[in-house]
Amino acid sequence: MDMIRYESVTKVFSAGKDAVTAVDNLSMEIQEGDVVILLGPSGCGKTTTLRLTNRLEPLTRGTITINHQDIMQIDEVKLRQKIGYVIQEIGLFPNKTIKDNVAVVPRLLGWSKERIRKRVDELLWMTNLDPETYSDRYPAELSGGQQQRVGVARGLAADPDILLMDEPFGAIDPINREQIQAEFLRLQAKLKKTIAFVSHDIHEAIKMGDRIALFDKGKLIQYDTPEVILTHPKNKFVADFVGADRALKVLSLIRARDIMNRKPKNILRVTDPAPDVLKFLDSKKFHYGIVLEGGKPMGYVTDKILKYEEGPVRDLVEKYPYLVKGKSSLRDVLSMMLMYNLMTLCVVDDNGDFTGTISYNDIQKSIKESYKDEAERNGERGET
Amino acid sequence: MSTLSFIYENMDRVLYLTWEHIWIVGLSLLIAMIIGVPLGVLITKYENLAQRVLNTANVLMTIPSIALFGIMLPILAFMGFGLGKFPAVIALVLYSQLPIIRNTYTAILNVPPEVADAGKGMGMSQWHLLKEVEIPIAVPIILAGLRTAAVMNIGIAAIAAYIGAGGLGVLISQGISRTYEEMIIAGAVLVSILAIIVDGAMALLERWVTPRGIKVQRK
Repeated sequence: MDMIRYESVTKVFSAGKDAVTAVDNLSMEIQEGDVVILLGPSGCGKTTTLRLTNRLEPLTRGTITINHQDIMQIDEVKLRQKIGYVIQEIGLFPNKTIKDNVAVVPRLLGWSKERIRKRVDELLWMTNLDPETYSDRYPAELSGGQQQRVGVARGLAADPDILLMDEPFGAIDPINREQIQAEFLRLQAKLKKTIAFVSHDIHEAIKMGDRIALFDKGKLIQYDTPEVILTHPKNKFVADFVGADRALKVLSLIRARDIMNRKPKNILRVTDPAPDVLKFLDSKKFHYGIVLEGGKPMGYVTDKILKYEEGPVRDLVEKYPYLVKGKSSLRDVLSMMLMYNLMTLCVVDDNGDFTGTISYNDIQKSIKESYKDEAERNGERGET
Repeated sequence: MSTLSFIYENMDRVLYLTWEHIWIVGLSLLIAMIIGVPLGVLITKYENLAQRVLNTANVLMTIPSIALFGIMLPILAFMGFGLGKFPAVIALVLYSQLPIIRNTYTAILNVPPEVADAGKGMGMSQWHLLKEVEIPIAVPIILAGLRTAAVMNIGIAAIAAYIGAGGLGVLISQGISRTYEEMIIAGAVLVSILAIIVDGAMALLERWVTPRGIKVQRK
């Protein structure tokens, strides 16, 4: 069900000669429980779209409905209290303690003191801040990442169905950003809020978004899932924006478990003697075998090593320098392959048990699959 | 030494005049604050009004005090208040307006825009935002304006003795007309000491009313 719907929404700043159309005839829907990334270069209208949604900017033309109710029919202060709002500069109130910052909207809504106290503690736990340590501190006493967590907690305070976020993690250093993004995704998996999230960072968009709305010069250019945006960019602008390395970006969307070989034929036991193994590998046309011990990958043996040996393979095993987790992205897997100069790696589950193998060829095949249509189109063009 | 003995011998009178001086300055500061702070807040919301208000306050400040008393004399005399404390308080209120309005205006405008934006975006009314966030953040700077006004007014109030307002200026004006050196110096020294003490007290007050979160931020 659509939670937020934009119908022919236009926003013009100033009038006459100086008039600037910030949002140009935008129509789109945001489904309940989705994270939609409003993406684009600066000045493309993404932030304005967000600010139109909670009436921080008045609409010029068109309609925005939230839960099928026209936002112009709702008192603007009440509307904003129902929608969580988190911004890049965080905007914590420097004169208020952390708990009072988080409690702003519940207090505006007239919650009881006890209910507010409980909710603040709950939110601080949720955002990985120990209430005992942080409740009574002031924003200036927290690091940037911690302040941003408080910003998120404050946005969630009154448990709104909708959250508007304007580059919420833009001001944080890359390491902390990765972490807070991951935390936020975990939180969202539980809370299932409807989120409109402004970003100018394609990586963030791919990582965080269920869908991406790509804007340019006030117009919505493409509105699709990250996969479709990366594999089927609608035009040159989209292709340029997602970058020439978009094939690599697709890799970060695919998990190892999605493409791994679950039943490889070159599995060996530690007790197998070397000559038998060599024969076995030869017959199957493999140059190496994977040695398992108690269901866990012990390492691999190559035919070169096996050649003049007699004993069990246990003594000949080369250990894998890195084991792939099923949920690892192909991007990470490929990086490890390049780093350790191995064309095949083992995939393990959370207990470290062997679940399959993943090879460079598997990765190549999956990319080929994603870009099949584009390759065909280019092929046709090449022929004519 | 003779100045000290003058003060000692006339202790009752000196104390009374000091009290009168504080009273005039205190009352005018209170009135000036009641007018100036809301006006300063108001003009942050109406930008075109702001320049006009600040210019007017600026012009008022450039009029020499003795001239202002002179201008007010015939106007107020018409209403029967030409001399005494009444015109003195009015003049001090007018002089205080610039530092108070300007500081309030600047302080509110200097509240980080993202803070105001976040507040508005979360559904705070303008009044709520002002009361809970903008004013508390602005309070140290507003108080600095009051401090400037207070110190300045202690000096100007000494001149108001010429229109019969009383206060420590009386010692100076009478001392001059009587060429009584000790009396002049006693008046001048006491006015100066009063100014220094008030300045220090207001500085303490400033620190006291600054929200803790803002102090932490400054460090």
